[in-house]
Amino acid sequence: MSSDAPGLLGAACPVPITETDQVLMGHGSGGKLSAQLVETLLLPAFRNPALAALDDAAQVSVGGTTVAMTTDSFVVTPLFFPGGDIGELAVNGTVNDLAVSGARPLFLSLALILEEGFALAELRRVIESIQRAAAEAGVQVVTGDTKVVNRGKGDKLFINTTGIGQPIPGVSLSSANVRPGDQILVSGTIGDHGVAILSTREGLSFSGGELRSDTAPLATLVEAMLAATPGIHAMRDPTRGGVAATVVEIAARQRLGIEIDEAALPINDAVRGACEMLGLDPLLVANEGKLVAFVPRAECDRALAAMRAHPLGRHAARIGEVVAEHPGRVVMQTLIGGRRFVDLPFAEPLPRIC
Amino acid sequence: MCLGIPGEVMSRRTQDGLGFATVRFGSIEREVCLECLPDVKVGDFVLVHVGFAISRLDEEEARRTLAALAELGLDRAELGLDPAPSVAEKEDAA
Amino acid sequence: MRHLDEYRDRALAQALAEQIRRTVTRPWVLMEVCGGQTHSIVRYGIDRLLPEGVALVHGPGCPVCVTPLELIDRAHAIASRPEVIFTSFGDMLRVPGTRGDLLGLKASGADVRIVYSPLDAVKLARAHPERKVVFFAVGFETTAPANAMAVKLAKQQGLTNFSLLVSHVLVPPSIASILQSANNRVQGFLGPGHVCAVVGFREYEALAARYQVPIAITGFEPVDLLHGVLAVVKMLEAGRAEVENVYARVVSRDGNRSARALLSEVFDVVDRQWRGVGHIPKSGYRLSYEYRAFDAERLFEVGDIAAEESKDCISGQILRGLKRPVDCPMFGKGCTPQRPLGATMVSSEGACAAYFQYGRGLEEPPRPGREAGGAR
Repeated sequence: MSSDAPGLLGAACPVPITETDQVLMGHGSGGKLSAQLVETLLLPAFRNPALAALDDAAQVSVGGTTVAMTTDSFVVTPLFFPGGDIGELAVNGTVNDLAVSGARPLFLSLALILEEGFALAELRRVIESIQRAAAEAGVQVVTGDTKVVNRGKGDKLFINTTGIGQPIPGVSLSSANVRPGDQILVSGTIGDHGVAILSTREGLSFSGGELRSDTAPLATLVEAMLAATPGIHAMRDPTRGGVAATVVEIAARQRLGIEIDEAALPINDAVRGACEMLGLDPLLVANEGKLVAFVPRAECDRALAAMRAHPLGRHAARIGEVVAEHPGRVVMQTLIGGRRFVDLPFAEPLPRIC
Repeated sequence: MCLGIPGEVMSRRTQDGLGFATVRFGSIEREVCLECLPDVKVGDFVLVHVGFAISRLDEEEARRTLAALAELGLDRAELGLDPAPSVAEKEDAA
Repeated sequence: MRHLDEYRDRALAQALAEQIRRTVTRPWVLMEVCGGQTHSIVRYGIDRLLPEGVALVHGPGCPVCVTPLELIDRAHAIASRPEVIFTSFGDMLRVPGTRGDLLGLKASGADVRIVYSPLDAVKLARAHPERKVVFFAVGFETTAPANAMAVKLAKQQGLTNFSLLVSHVLVPPSIASILQSANNRVQGFLGPGHVCAVVGFREYEALAARYQVPIAITGFEPVDLLHGVLAVVKMLEAGRAEVENVYARVVSRDGNRSARALLSEVFDVVDRQWRGVGHIPKSGYRLSYEYRAFDAERLFEVGDIAAEESKDCISGQILRGLKRPVDCPMFGKGCTPQRPLGATMVSSEGACAAYFQYGRGLEEPPRPGREAGGAR
């Protein structure tokens, strides 16, 4: 994909959004403000072909060998949440970016930014969790760094991990491969992670139900899918901004139309209940153990079967397709058969009462 | 400004002199203030807005409304729909 | 989920849409009063299922939108004080005042917190006796009982560090104001179901009789909304101007007696300024004499605040159903949810913001065909 491909903002939003004079939480939300930051500040500063692809991991050549590389920082409150913790997230988030780019995750760096006064016992729990998650994902932590900031200058613990992976031979997964007719598959229920985090916030106090983060390493699922259907065009992990951000970004950048069938979206009961109550759309809520795959129509059933045979893909579903019509736009067929556009949220969706 | 969601009253109690209920939405539960709806019973469905129950769902009226709608006299084929059905059967399948 | 899924049924919705098509013999203009209904209509693509002749225009139904700019600036002045914990529903945080929104204020160090229930704000006041907790009490009749209960509880508990900044508005006076306007074009209303769950619909019967306009008390799910449209269209075609309650599972004629008693104890009805619309007599609440000690506007002296609205904004006409968001030359260009010029773009419930969020206006999503195309 060339670097002068149409920008996300140009298509998803009628006009370039005007600048704010300070950083807002929305700049990290995966919504329009995040996209704005990438397109107006970061891409112009570092323009190069590996960056321009804007896939979840970059493919670069090192002494004639292609490697995949990605990085991610983790700031989450609380550090320990139903279904996981920041340590597990820091491993899975990075190995998943490699996996969905068609690379086998091999090595991780680990950088810790600690706040003065943070309990060592909690840090130990996080490190043990990183150890377990790395073993499960089959990666080694090979380098690291630790910094401490004054009390009040950080929120207990921030983590950055960078991952290096080896592209699987003969596999090319990139959003540039996506074509009209491709079927869009999701590997399981959506919105679990974001709602689990939200449910722990003060004042919400949900109880019962399965509100658990879905954090999980996806490499074995990706390999099972590729073994069954090597012709898969692209995969993404729909983290911040949810499945909506993933499909909107691909539609906008590739100038393709996308149709989503609301009735086909897999959503667990607890997430559904919480979203109804808070006025949130599960399509916009973060996932940490799911992937979205773009598969040629002829291979759709085989890919779905391979996903459903894997423990992390049991609830996999076909949620839509890529079309030649309405390029740059995602259209949802709603539960009642109405039609509407799906767009990036402006910033992190806030619970509403209206 | 009026997001209101129906949920089922699972239990009732009093706290700080106020009536509260545990109300179930889908498979999750939340505490809801009953001060505006003091007479609800366990098993009732209530409409909840900003943590307050504001109305008890009238099951008889709900049945009547749905029955009246079902009598609009249009079958699925006439509407150009698949014979396949929507929410209820889909849930059974899940 | 029971009492929800039944009203999102595709076959029922399609049957209702077909019935509406068969009923309509000429064009009609209907207004849905509540912003939550506007949101559902756009989110489910309900207006795209209606025959061309039936126009839904979006009413003044978003209390966040119609909160005057002056009051938002006042909120900011109070929230900026170091002793204050300023609390609000999430909806209010992104509404910009003259100098940015409450989230921006929070980024600059003010203690601004989202609460999900006003009782959470009372809890905060009890937990922080050294701070002053202010709750921005915004809403229609639906939200008013909860906010009233919070202040009543604070009084019972003898809290002196809790107060309400009240911006409560009432629906019937705004409907009357629209109908009195010389250039009104609204012929029938979808009444606000959850407002009526609290206060009942006797006042709507009076409106229907006085202005000879049909009203269907309507819920928020797609089937409810289509049912409301069908009821109003049938009355219009038959020349009847009555109130029909198509949301009887939730709404009764007298509403919720306990809630109404609470409202008359805690609030007095007063004239209110509506952003984009102007002064409407007897259209809102303030705290009653008995509760004046909890009135943040009395407790915090923030000086005279005057704010000027953009001259380019047509939200006054949109709120009265005279124009649609797409009729505004600024829509999506000089006016976006990040840089809103006026009332209808400031909250996700506003007609302009709902159109923007779902990408409406600049181009229209394709109407569903018989086979309803796409991903199925």
